[in-house]
Parts: sequence; C-alpha cells; structure tokens
Amino acid sequence: MIAARLGLAARPTRIRKLRPSRGRIAARIFAGFLIALFFIMPYLIMLVASLKGRFDTLTVPPTYLPKVWYPQNYITMWGASQTPLLANVISTLVISVCATALMFVVCIPAAYYTARFRFPGRGVFLFLVVVTQMLQPTLLATGLFQEFVVVGLVDTWLAMILINAAFNLTFAIWIMHNFFASVPEEVNEAAELDGAGKWGILWRINLPLVWPGIVTAVIYTFVASANEFSASLVILTTDTNQPLSVALSKFVGQYDAAWQYLFGISIVAIIPSVFLFVLIEKHLVGGLTAGSVK
Amino acid sequence: MDRSTSASVSRASGALPWTLPAGVLIFGVVLFPAGYQVYDSTRDIGVSGYDRGPAGFSNYVELLGRPELWVVLRNTFVWVVGVVFVTLALSLWLAQFLNRQFPGRQFVRIAVLVPWAASSVMTTLLFVYALDPFYGIINKFLVDVHILHEPFGFTQQPVAAFLVAMMVGVFISLPFTTYTILAGLAGVPGDVLEAAVVDGAGPTRTYVSVVLPYLHRAIALATLINIINVFNSLPVLKLITGSLPGHSADTTTTLMFKILQGEHNIGLASALSAVNFVVVLVIIAIYLAVVKPMKQIES
Repeated sequence: MIAARLGLAARPTRIRKLRPSRGRIAARIFAGFLIALFFIMPYLIMLVASLKGRFDTLTVPPTYLPKVWYPQNYITMWGASQTPLLANVISTLVISVCATALMFVVCIPAAYYTARFRFPGRGVFLFLVVVTQMLQPTLLATGLFQEFVVVGLVDTWLAMILINAAFNLTFAIWIMHNFFASVPEEVNEAAELDGAGKWGILWRINLPLVWPGIVTAVIYTFVASANEFSASLVILTTDTNQPLSVALSKFVGQYDAAWQYLFGISIVAIIPSVFLFVLIEKHLVGGLTAGSVK
Repeated sequence: MDRSTSASVSRASGALPWTLPAGVLIFGVVLFPAGYQVYDSTRDIGVSGYDRGPAGFSNYVELLGRPELWVVLRNTFVWVVGVVFVTLALSLWLAQFLNRQFPGRQFVRIAVLVPWAASSVMTTLLFVYALDPFYGIINKFLVDVHILHEPFGFTQQPVAAFLVAMMVGVFISLPFTTYTILAGLAGVPGDVLEAAVVDGAGPTRTYVSVVLPYLHRAIALATLINIINVFNSLPVLKLITGSLPGHSADTTTTLMFKILQGEHNIGLASALSAVNFVVVLVIIAIYLAVVKPMKQIES
C-alpha cells in the first residue's frame, strides 16, 4: 500500500475500457431509482401511516395520504394504552447497551489472542464459535427458558443481556479476528522489545489500529440485540420488561389497533439503526463472511 | 511429562485468561441450554413446568403422531428452499447491477441496506397492515392500477398468507445476500474480465464462466447463513400466518413456539427443537452435497 502511494507499484497495462453511453447511464440511474424505491417504499408507507389519525388508519377504502396530518402522534404515542411504550424503549436500550458492553469485554481478548497466537485448544475454541452461529436463540428457546427458570433469571433483563451477547459473539469475534490478524507482526514484536506486556500491546498498540473492526462489531451487536425477538418473546413475560420487538408484535389482532402509534415508534427505532448501519456498511460483509477464520 | 507436552500445557493455560470469558458465555448460554433441551425432550414435564420423571422417547413418539407434522415439514422445506433460492437469484442480479458505475449508486446501496437494519417485526407488521383487504394501502394500489379487481385477503387464508410471508422473508434477506455477493464481485480481477472481452465472450458467457466461479465462496457463505437465518425466522411467519387457525401455514419453528407457548408442553417442544436442529443440519448437508460450494476453494 505504501509502495503504491509512492508510485512504486508497476501499473498493469490496461486495455481502455469502453465508456458506457449516455443512454445507458440514464437507464442505470432510472433502474437504480426504482430499486431504491422498492426497498424504501415499505418504510415510506410506514412514515405516512404514522402521521395519520386513528380513524384514517382504519378507513375503508384507505387514502394514500392522511386527510389530516397528525404529527402529534409522535407525542401522544407515549401514552398508548396497548403497551407501556416508554418502558419498552428503556428495556430495548438497557438490554442492547449492556449486551454490547458484555460482548466487547468478552470478544476483544478472545479475537486478539486467537488472531495472534497458536495454542492447543485454539481449533476447538474457534469451532465452538462457529457452532454458536449455527445454534440460534430461536432453536434454543425452550432450553434457554428452562435454564433461566432454574437459575431464577427468567423475566429479567440480565437473561436477555447474556443471550444477546452470546449469540452475537460469532460475528464480533470473526470481524475483530480479521482486523487483528491484519496488524503486521513487526508492530507487535517492536512493542514486545520495548517491554510492553501482552495486555498493554492489545490496548495501546492494537486497539487504535483496529478500531473500524471494533466499531463494526459494536454497532452490529447493538442493532441485532435491539431487533432480537424469539428469545425475548419466551423469556420476558412482564410487559414493562419487554423490548419493542415483542411489545409491537402484540399489536396485531388487537381490537383497538393503533397502527399510527405502532408505525410512529417503528420509525423512531428504524432511523438510528439505519444510520448506524450506514456507518459500518463497508465492513458488515467482512465479518459475516469471514467464516473461514484462519 | 516431557518438555513439549509441558510447553503446550503452558501455552494452553496462557490462552485461558483471553478465551475463557467467551468460552464460559458460549458454554452457559449456547451449549448448556442445547444439552438441557435434549435432556428435557426425554422428560415428562407438566404444564406448570414440573418435571414428573423420565419419559424415554415418548415425546418423540407423540411428535411423530401429530397429524400436522408432515404438512409442517413440507412447509418448512418449501419455506427454506423457496426463500433462500429466490433471495439468491435476485441478489445475484442486484449485486451485478450495483457493481456498475452510475451516479447515485451509493444512495441505492444504502436503500438496499434498510431492511437489514430495520427490525423484522416492524417490517413484517407494515406488510400485514398494507396488505389488509379493508384498509391496506397496497391492496388499494393493486386495485387502482387494475391488477386486482377488488381487494384480496392476502393474509386471510393459509396458502396466500404463506406466500406473502415468503415474499417478506425474501425482502428481509436480500440486503445481506446482496452485500455478500457485492463483496465477492469486488474480488473479480478486472484484467480477467477484460481478457474475456478480448477473447470475444459475450456478457452471459463472461458471467457464467468467468464471474460465477469467483463468486463461489460468497454464494456458499451467503446461502449457508441464509439457510440458518430463514429456518429460524420466527417473526415473519408468526405475524403473518400466526393468527390463522390450524397448522396449514406452520413451519417446524412456528409449530415449536405454538407447542411451547400455546400448549405449554415443554417436553414436546424440546423434542421438536432437537428435530429442528437435525433438520437444519440435513438441509445444510444436502446443500453441501449437491452444490459442493467448497470444491472451488479446496482445489
């Protein structure tokens, strides 16, 4: 890379590419617009529905746009009778933040050590990490419920913090492992010669170099924890303990549906998630496809 | 103890402080409940959760005797294969398109990312609302553009609801698959493509014999992760078909949650979960055997 920057890299001889014609570019822009619309449309419908009055959301036949715009839904929704919305938001945040913190503490040392050192049991450890990806909370819902009943953690945030940290650990370790493995060994050796301990080398030398990987793992775990549904559904039984994913699922089939509130809170939850995902877009795939950790 | 063993013991114990916390978490929250579940599947557990003693294989026998089992297994197969295959086909096309140069490409890529970041519960609920035969906006749109003569109850009967759920499943799975294939496309060397053009290969020929081999690994990984995710996707089916009576739109995953939460039969739910795990393994094994996605890498 440095060689390339200095202009030392030999330039491959290239056949000049045919430039696409103007008509082609225009066709691509148009197709791109349609594709973007396809993916965003459901969320646009969601946004418009969140600005309709309750009566408008249930009008037969429906109108595309609200007859009267109700931006105040975003204030009144907090008092919705269907679910304790504020408590659900707090649950979602507490569970996601703590699960992410736990993932951070647990995965950084493991990813760093498996990336830098060969030791007996390393293969077994990395195999267990793959197994975790295969076994999902949905598949283990019964066992998880039974376990947390026995240890007295059923219907607690702590149970969901542990579950979310554990099941997102694979992605976190894979992506961090890749980043740690890309740090040149000379850098670590130089630090060792200077007398830095292993933990010091991790915190002071490596972390500043691999922060994009850490940020990716942190954001991914946070968003995935906030969206988790199956285990929360089984383990969190009190409505004030439940995260948004479970609380909102109970809106369906209720007689006094409040779609405008349901979609209002969805918009409030989706916008920051999308923003965070856009930040890590470049690295998202790297982590999920790094299954063949060397 | 000779020197090499003691050295490897000390290297193993030196790794413990670094890997033990993750190991404990994996053991406590992944392996232990998995084992517990298998154990529970051989127990006679009451509705209140009280363990009444060993049950041998009677939970499995009861499961085999459930009249809906075969329909549910068939649904599961259709669900997983259908969603994963359609997602892959669309993603291959989508990634190919997003790999071309055009102004606004970054915006389109971000738009494709949105369903991945959004909670699948929220996305699914929007489709449930918008496809409602009475106040659903998509239904109204389909009537307005004369695709439908009158609003259709997409989510009111099992087959249609199941197909709608599959569509939503594809919609939710597209971002990850497309991004994985885009990453694979980035690994196709430009000069190889140019060589194909020089050799007179048309676009289809170039794609099939030059690009696809490079995508082998990306396709394999995307498919494997998709199989696991789609099989375990509870919210889409639960929210779209969950309120329909009977089991004609159930998969093994939704059936397991009905047994666990509706019938409170923990022994039977555990047995079905154990079967589910085997089903996932079988689907993945069939995929690996038929498609041989790793052949390219090994050779």
